[in-house]
Amino acid sequence: MSEPLLAVEGLSKEFTLHLQGGVRLPVLRGVSLTVRAGECVALTGPSGAGKSTLMRALYGNYLPGRGRILVRHHGRLVDLAAASPREIVAVRRETVGYVSQFLRVIPRVPARAIVAEPLRAAGMDAAASEREAERLLARLNLPQRLWSLPPATFSGGEQQRVNLARGFAFPYPVMLVDEPTASLDPANAEVAVGLIQEAKARGAAIVGIFHDADVRRAVATREHPVVPLAAAA
Amino acid sequence: MSDAPLLSVRELTVRFGRTLAVDRASFELWPGEVLAIVGESGSGKTSLLRAVHGDLPADGGCVQYRLDDGALVALDELPEPMRRQLARTQWGFVHQNPRDGLRMAISAGGNVGERLMAAGARHWGRIRAEATEWLRRVEIDPARIDDPPRTYSGGMQQRLQIARVLVTRPRLVLMDEPTGGLDVSVQARLLDLIRRLVSDLGLSAVIVTHDLAVARLLADRMLVMQGGRIVEAGLTDQVLDDPQHPYSQLLVSSVLQA
Amino acid sequence: MSLPGYNFAYLDEQTKRMIRRALLKAVAIPGYQVPFASREMPLAYGWGTGGMQVTAAVIGPHDVLKVIDQGADDTTNAVSIRRFFALTAGVRTTERTAEATIIQTRHRIPETPLTAAQILVYQVPQPEPLRKLEPRETETRRMHALADYGLMHVKLYEDIARHGRITLSYDYPVLVNGRHVMAPSPIPSFDNPKMHRSPALQLFGAGREKRIYAVPPYTSVESLAFEDHPFHPWKANEACGLCGATDSYLDEVVVDDRGGRLFVCSDTDHCTTRRAAGHRGAAAGHALAGAGE
Repeated sequence: MSEPLLAVEGLSKEFTLHLQGGVRLPVLRGVSLTVRAGECVALTGPSGAGKSTLMRALYGNYLPGRGRILVRHHGRLVDLAAASPREIVAVRRETVGYVSQFLRVIPRVPARAIVAEPLRAAGMDAAASEREAERLLARLNLPQRLWSLPPATFSGGEQQRVNLARGFAFPYPVMLVDEPTASLDPANAEVAVGLIQEAKARGAAIVGIFHDADVRRAVATREHPVVPLAAAA
Repeated sequence: MSDAPLLSVRELTVRFGRTLAVDRASFELWPGEVLAIVGESGSGKTSLLRAVHGDLPADGGCVQYRLDDGALVALDELPEPMRRQLARTQWGFVHQNPRDGLRMAISAGGNVGERLMAAGARHWGRIRAEATEWLRRVEIDPARIDDPPRTYSGGMQQRLQIARVLVTRPRLVLMDEPTGGLDVSVQARLLDLIRRLVSDLGLSAVIVTHDLAVARLLADRMLVMQGGRIVEAGLTDQVLDDPQHPYSQLLVSSVLQA
Repeated sequence: MSLPGYNFAYLDEQTKRMIRRALLKAVAIPGYQVPFASREMPLAYGWGTGGMQVTAAVIGPHDVLKVIDQGADDTTNAVSIRRFFALTAGVRTTERTAEATIIQTRHRIPETPLTAAQILVYQVPQPEPLRKLEPRETETRRMHALADYGLMHVKLYEDIARHGRITLSYDYPVLVNGRHVMAPSPIPSFDNPKMHRSPALQLFGAGREKRIYAVPPYTSVESLAFEDHPFHPWKANEACGLCGATDSYLDEVVVDDRGGRLFVCSDTDHCTTRRAAGHRGAAAGHALAGAGE
């Protein structure tokens, strides 16, 4: 069995709402999860169970309370729960990719450049990264006339496809995929499934949230239930 | 990724009379990194920036900078000529009001060329060519190179100020509310420009802003200041999406969603 | 003999010593503006009070004084100042450059090369070459202290951008001894090269601005410029109508109501000397030449 690329050990997360008199909201408690190369783990559980919170914690976007998030980065294990912001930035640049549900548009930046950005950040030259971006946008059936436009005015589905192209542009060893097909038509959902399959095939370790049961069955190698804490207690 | 910070601020303190404007602020900045300092008016963010730049005398603590040869020097121990030399070649300061950073009666070309001439450039044609190139980079029509900035719009003036600062290829740029006082559409253009230049030139930058969207767009890391103190520091999206300190939570929850 | 009731050369000895101390410092730091306690003189600021105080501080009973205004010995200001020192110091005065030991000048350097036995005293209206670019005195002082002179070149840059060449034709900034940028007072840029490595001691007095500065003998004085726009001393492309000189600085004089004009040497002594030696210009014998012809 291959080395795990991602190992979560005893992860807990609670939010303290200082503006609501310091109310504490525990969301995750003692979560452990190991993902190896070529695996795609689907997080399951009802809405509000903490699936998205877990994903965000894995990306360093939420600050974990307790536990460890070990990621194999450049051949050594980095604990994202204890890493400095600079280490997290480095890990995100080359090791952990995140495909979120929504595109955070940057004013004035055309779709092509948004998709090419992770490649450029990882050191690819401008022309090659734009070619790769165009290849992905074409594959996701985004009309060519939109490539040079900023996506602020795009439809939800078009934005989602730009987002997918951006997320899959760089071959991250670890990928976090949050509802990749939520606003896509069946044909494009098919393309998204294809992208995930290819990522698995090249040996990526994937954690995803897939509400669409068909998509989940198509890509997941196994499921990991996330249990709401209120129900567990 | 370099392991040595470019700038190291330790326990920096600034007093205005009996008021503590900056209370033992410490942070480091690595090469190629963009750091945002956020907080409301009066939180001390601009005072901190000005103290780092040496415009305000510090009442305690120190600012250390790594020279080209790798030596870390305390700025207040550098002789003034050397500090000025640094300030006009390796450092840049972008003021909120372009009038503070430009010479309003001198042509755009002269404004951009000044730092080159201060650094010893004495070939008119080459200075002019460099100024033309920089106007183009900040999206100002080079045909306007001989116009004084007072004939420019606010957004153009701010872009000109950025060109004037970047022309000597500084390693460190300090920006005080660079998009403050501009229309929203003009802001977006400027932000995009700053974002691109910072990444193309591999600049290290400290950006003071009260606008959290600016911080999210430009900065790798951010500091939240309240009452002269740094109350929270971390990865930009983490601080914005999962703020820990009560004041950070207030700040984040107070933003109007458009 | 000097005027009874007044000290030699008008100023009291304490004041002269104060000015001499400032002069010594100015000579020690070529081009550096030394503040001094400028006194009230019996004429208004702007009429050469700075130059007169410097002259008063260096003049002795055996000196021979020449005073010129725009090169001329016979203008009101020159005549008044010459008479002032003739009265208060009892010194001999002259219009001949070669005879003078001290030459006080406004806006010119004589054409006749100066010698190591002479002192040239300039009247300076604005001693700060950076003033028009940077109004803050604290800031200009710091710029001098740190030799931070980029701004000076910005001014020249602007000139070339606007006119295709440096059009500055007087008070053209110079770098003295490779260190201080200095205002040469409003002399024509034509005269700038005469300052460079001059054998004479050059002293500058600004009465209203209360500054004294100096260029010691044989000091480098370099006019600022760009590599691709070198310094060109400006001069009218004419010959003197009276003496025919082509190598002197010329004044353009309107001679009648019909737009008639004449170029003549601005240095009257130079012109007179040349005419006495037999040189003749195209308009020789013109009334401007005076009763001498």
